[in-house]
Amino acid sequence: MLPGFGLALGYTLVYLSLLILLPLGGLILKASELGFSQIIDIALGERSLAAFRVTFGASFLAAAVNAFFGLIVAWILVRYPFPGKRFVDALVDLPFALPTAVAGITLATLYAGNGWLGRFIEPLGIKVAYTPLGIVVALTFITLPFVVRTLQPVIEDIETEVEEAAASLGASRWQTFARVIFPAIFPALLTGFALAFARAIGEYGSVIFIAGNLPLISEIVPLLIISKLEQYDVLGATALAVVMLALSFILLLAVNLLQWWTANRHKNDEPLEVAAGKASGATT
Amino acid sequence: MKNFSVYVSALLLGMFAGSALADATLLNASYDVARDVYKDFNPLFQKHWKAKTGENIEIKQSHGGSTKQVRAVADGLEADVVTMNQANDIEFLADKGLVTKDWTKKFPNNASPYTSAMVFIVRKGNPKGIKDWSDLIAPGTQIIIPHPKNTGNGRNTYLSAWAWALRQPGGNDAKAQEFLGKLLKNAPLFAAGGRDATTTFMQRRMGDVLITFESEAEMIAKEFGKGEFEVVYPSLTMQTEFPVALVEKVVDKKGTRTQATAYLEYLWSKEGQENAAQNYLRPRDAETLKKYSSFFPPVKTFTVDEVFGGANKAFAAHFKDGGSFDQIYQSK
Repeated sequence: MLPGFGLALGYTLVYLSLLILLPLGGLILKASELGFSQIIDIALGERSLAAFRVTFGASFLAAAVNAFFGLIVAWILVRYPFPGKRFVDALVDLPFALPTAVAGITLATLYAGNGWLGRFIEPLGIKVAYTPLGIVVALTFITLPFVVRTLQPVIEDIETEVEEAAASLGASRWQTFARVIFPAIFPALLTGFALAFARAIGEYGSVIFIAGNLPLISEIVPLLIISKLEQYDVLGATALAVVMLALSFILLLAVNLLQWWTANRHKNDEPLEVAAGKASGATT
Repeated sequence: MKNFSVYVSALLLGMFAGSALADATLLNASYDVARDVYKDFNPLFQKHWKAKTGENIEIKQSHGGSTKQVRAVADGLEADVVTMNQANDIEFLADKGLVTKDWTKKFPNNASPYTSAMVFIVRKGNPKGIKDWSDLIAPGTQIIIPHPKNTGNGRNTYLSAWAWALRQPGGNDAKAQEFLGKLLKNAPLFAAGGRDATTTFMQRRMGDVLITFESEAEMIAKEFGKGEFEVVYPSLTMQTEFPVALVEKVVDKKGTRTQATAYLEYLWSKEGQENAAQNYLRPRDAETLKKYSSFFPPVKTFTVDEVFGGANKAFAAHFKDGGSFDQIYQSK
């Protein structure tokens, strides 16, 4: 191993402290000016509760949609050569680069009643712009790269020989996927899901342009925070932020534990090649 | 994001201020859509000041949401003057001791060099026959407004409707709140800001009426064509003020009190008033107003001070947490 652990660790700690712990500490210190019960009162108000539901619900849905379709996108991009592949690959990163407000305005225009998409789906009774569904659409757009980019290297690591081995040993295609491929990529899928979810919870810029922002229906927590800041109520804003942070932390921790558990189980299991044999063994 | 750009521009200003050729540099922290007004006004003042004192003066502009701008100034953005669209934003600076407590008396007309009015924008031919506030609560009529709690534009609309309901025969606060409840039910969404509301109404063709500043109507005409919409003046609406103030702490530190005061005073000069009128803001000067009377049809207005006893009181009663706006959404 290369020497220099002490130096690198010191650097890591200073860097993380300056970048993450210091602002977070400031936030919590500010919030501590309010009592615990006051923070809970602010968080449990009718509008706050509704906003928490909308924010976490929409973020969860968006992350789940991306976990499914993002997996397909990542699979296609890694496994199949096709013309324009590099272009499509670059396209995936676009939501990272696009200013979120631009994304929100574009999506709102697209899905509004007279928009390119809206004019076709509104007659079907599906309203997207200015409804909670619009929030899910915006968040799905924003968080797509997180899932795809997390999965790509992991899928690249699974050699096609593993699939061939499973097939030659008699596993059906579905068995190969469910018992060989999926267990190998599941931890990465969870990571991608968690990243997408975390990113979605904090998203403000794109959502407010498509949400409609109606109290109790389509207000997100970041909007309530801005609303408090408009009243120069920094403490109230901080209280909401801290509650949001705590909830996100608990959820992310749960996802991490789940991921750690599945990865561990997999490690104690057997290498992929053996899994391939087992999968087929089940049928023979 | 806006806050960030404010800091970055402040940083850049700091870097380049020393190298500028000007004898003095002023920074004007202003609200979002004031760009055009001050873009035209600043050269006028520079010329005037050069002729009067021989001094070359440089004027930097910083634009952003009114409340965000004020917070940036409170956090150390070195603006010599603030030119805002809401009095309570300047009150915040007064509370922080950056602006003198009696700032409204430091300049004429409540320290607001020009005004505007909240008006209705309806579709060409006014298909729903919208004439006044009472028409807006008709079932099936959709109104497009920015968020009443989070945006100045939305708050002005809310207070205009409230004042109108209050002034109806037998009107009182309870009835006004009931009226607002019905009005807000007709809003299919609350736009993120004034320009977002305009886009939603004009480009996405949502709603039957957009409620916004009279001055915004001309922007819409430039952007979308005059024949696309009509302006309707309700029987009573708010006269919106655009207050200005000197940031005492900054001008004392930079030694720019004379120039900054002259800059703000010049807003009331003939040239300053003409410039406001050309940007479709109602000038205070009666003669200028008359000259541009084709832009500004007579309209019956109230001021926030008259009906609500000041911007701070209006804000506390209606837009603070638990205020009338929140009550409307809790009774559901």
